[in-house]
Amino acid sequence: MSVPYAKLPRWADYGLIPFINLLVAFIVAGLVVLLVGENPFRAAAILIEGAFGGGQNIAYTLYYATNFIFTGLAVAVAFHCGLFNIGGEGQAYIAGLGVAMVGLTFDTVLPWWLNFPLAILGAALVGALWALIPAYLQAKRGSHIVITTIMFNFIAASIMVYMLVDVLKPLTSMAPQTRTFQPGAQLPKLNWMLEAVGFSVRSGPLNVSFLLALVMAFLVWLLIWRTKLGYEIRTMGFSPKAARYAGIKEARIIVITMMISGALAGMMALNPIMGDQHRVQLDFVTGAGFVGIAVALMGRSHPAGIVPAAILFGMLYQGGAELAFEMPNISRDMIVIIQGLVILFAGALEHMFRPWVQTVFASLSPQTVGMAKEQGV
Amino acid sequence: MEVFNVLLQLLDATIRVSVPLLLACLAGLYSERSGIFDIGLEGKMLGGAFAGGAAAAVTGSAWLGLGAAVAVAVGLALVHGFASITHRGNQIVSGVAINFIAAGSTIILGQAWFRQGGRTPSLSGAGRFEAITLPGAEAARDIPVIGVIYAELISGHSILVYFAFLMVPFTWWVLFRTRFGLRLRAVGENPAAVDTAGISVAWLRYRAVICTGVLTGLAGAYLSVAQNAGFVKDMTAGKGFIALAALIFAKWKPVPAMFACLLFGFLEAASIRFQGQAWPMIGKVPVQFMQALPYVLTVVLLAGFIGKAIPPRAGGVPYVKER
Repeated sequence: MSVPYAKLPRWADYGLIPFINLLVAFIVAGLVVLLVGENPFRAAAILIEGAFGGGQNIAYTLYYATNFIFTGLAVAVAFHCGLFNIGGEGQAYIAGLGVAMVGLTFDTVLPWWLNFPLAILGAALVGALWALIPAYLQAKRGSHIVITTIMFNFIAASIMVYMLVDVLKPLTSMAPQTRTFQPGAQLPKLNWMLEAVGFSVRSGPLNVSFLLALVMAFLVWLLIWRTKLGYEIRTMGFSPKAARYAGIKEARIIVITMMISGALAGMMALNPIMGDQHRVQLDFVTGAGFVGIAVALMGRSHPAGIVPAAILFGMLYQGGAELAFEMPNISRDMIVIIQGLVILFAGALEHMFRPWVQTVFASLSPQTVGMAKEQGV
Repeated sequence: MEVFNVLLQLLDATIRVSVPLLLACLAGLYSERSGIFDIGLEGKMLGGAFAGGAAAAVTGSAWLGLGAAVAVAVGLALVHGFASITHRGNQIVSGVAINFIAAGSTIILGQAWFRQGGRTPSLSGAGRFEAITLPGAEAARDIPVIGVIYAELISGHSILVYFAFLMVPFTWWVLFRTRFGLRLRAVGENPAAVDTAGISVAWLRYRAVICTGVLTGLAGAYLSVAQNAGFVKDMTAGKGFIALAALIFAKWKPVPAMFACLLFGFLEAASIRFQGQAWPMIGKVPVQFMQALPYVLTVVLLAGFIGKAIPPRAGGVPYVKER
């Protein structure tokens, strides 16, 4: 019964099957909309209009997408090594401390273009350190990285609540957040980019961290497919045995990969903190670390897939907010369902439609799936 | 006497907050012992809690609520089974997916059906599992220490509490004294051997996953129909993950699982009881520290510093019949 998966043409493997999976996820989401008593097609129209209907909307969509590019890349890098970093949420959250350190210290001293690289370093360093302990425990002590990173998410949340309520909150303030950064730690907006293409943006949160995210996407591609380290990471992910046999140091690769992953997740903190709110607030990550899982699965762990997948989720976030205005029954939590369905169909059930696609291909043209020889034709 | 009363109250609270952990932890035990990792305990509990609260509110019967909770949790468990057993998908990914689907849909459906900001209508009377007074509890109250413990601590909980604690010896008996239990453990260690003996690996694992669904459903129903009077959005609040931590802490064994859940429950109860107060000898401890302690302890255990937690060997690996 368990026929090994036959080869499909590349475009079917990387295009058709993910597309079918995504389609099914959205059909099921549409059924939920129907269950709530709304029209799914109208909901989709409002959502797309809300995400791309004007300069303002696009700015928000890309702002959310920035978060998801970072966290998606973080999950993807770990995936390549066969590791599941479910701790992006915690790594990004705790990295807020790194950004706060730079922002609160230098915001009146240095201009933004000096604070920005410092904050990148701060966020990346704290995120990487938060991933280091689970990585070390996995590499040296064999504790399951999924469990430890989940635990670290909760520990990070507790630490951040403590820090914001008891340490970083200004004495005069009631809200559990840091003081507002001075302009020296505020990132420039990118609204001019959208205005240059002819949109009008009144005030959008899109800022230079979007460009940083794109640079990181390129660097991740470079790292994974064009460097020796990337080769070793992929070898580990493909077959730890082969990696060991080839003399690749397992523990070293696990620790390095997880630290890169944590650093990428940590950089996500820059976007909301320095780019938009100019202060560290409770729960500023708002699930972006988990969206990264869906984004990485949908983008097949390739930067060229992750960027569009992140924009799709940015569209869902922004469009979802607009949708909640028009259809009170559909709050933003609809996105959480869609996210779950995407993870289910593009991740856990990714091979569900494969046999069916194979049958179709085999009946259309046996050569494409390499069946001709076996059948003795 | 003052200290004794405080301790009694604390232990009573411990029992109440431990029960959902215990049910979810035992739920995870069945699944993980059969080789199916389940980080979707949280989602199944949440789905169960919502279904329980909603059905009890609509029908006015706590038992129908319980039935609905179990049905929904088993449904979600079967989705997990379908993905990880039939389609050999990644079990972690599937568990994550179920957590999100449950988190989102309980809020959306709750708002659409009841329009109370994600809550279900408040339950009363037969819609809720009431506290049961055990026989002789009132009479025993006058006996010092033992009688008070019986009346205050042991008596006066809802039926699900007693059921949860009875599930501990029952689970032990099922796992270690029945044929089903032997096979369940075997399929989690070496599925190929079980297959060679002519027993269906898939069907065994499906049965284990269904057990998980039933117990997480009970855990959810306890939250919304017994402990509280209705469902509140995101009411599991990470309990599924604490249960998972307890399961690892207990090294996948039923009786230690109970003690692990009681320990984590005690930490929670103590952090609520002593919130903002100075501890004897230690001084003032931030609440967040107490909240993080179960997770820290689990990480320390996983690191192998206090005994080693070795998961079932075939855990997380989909079974492929022939190669």
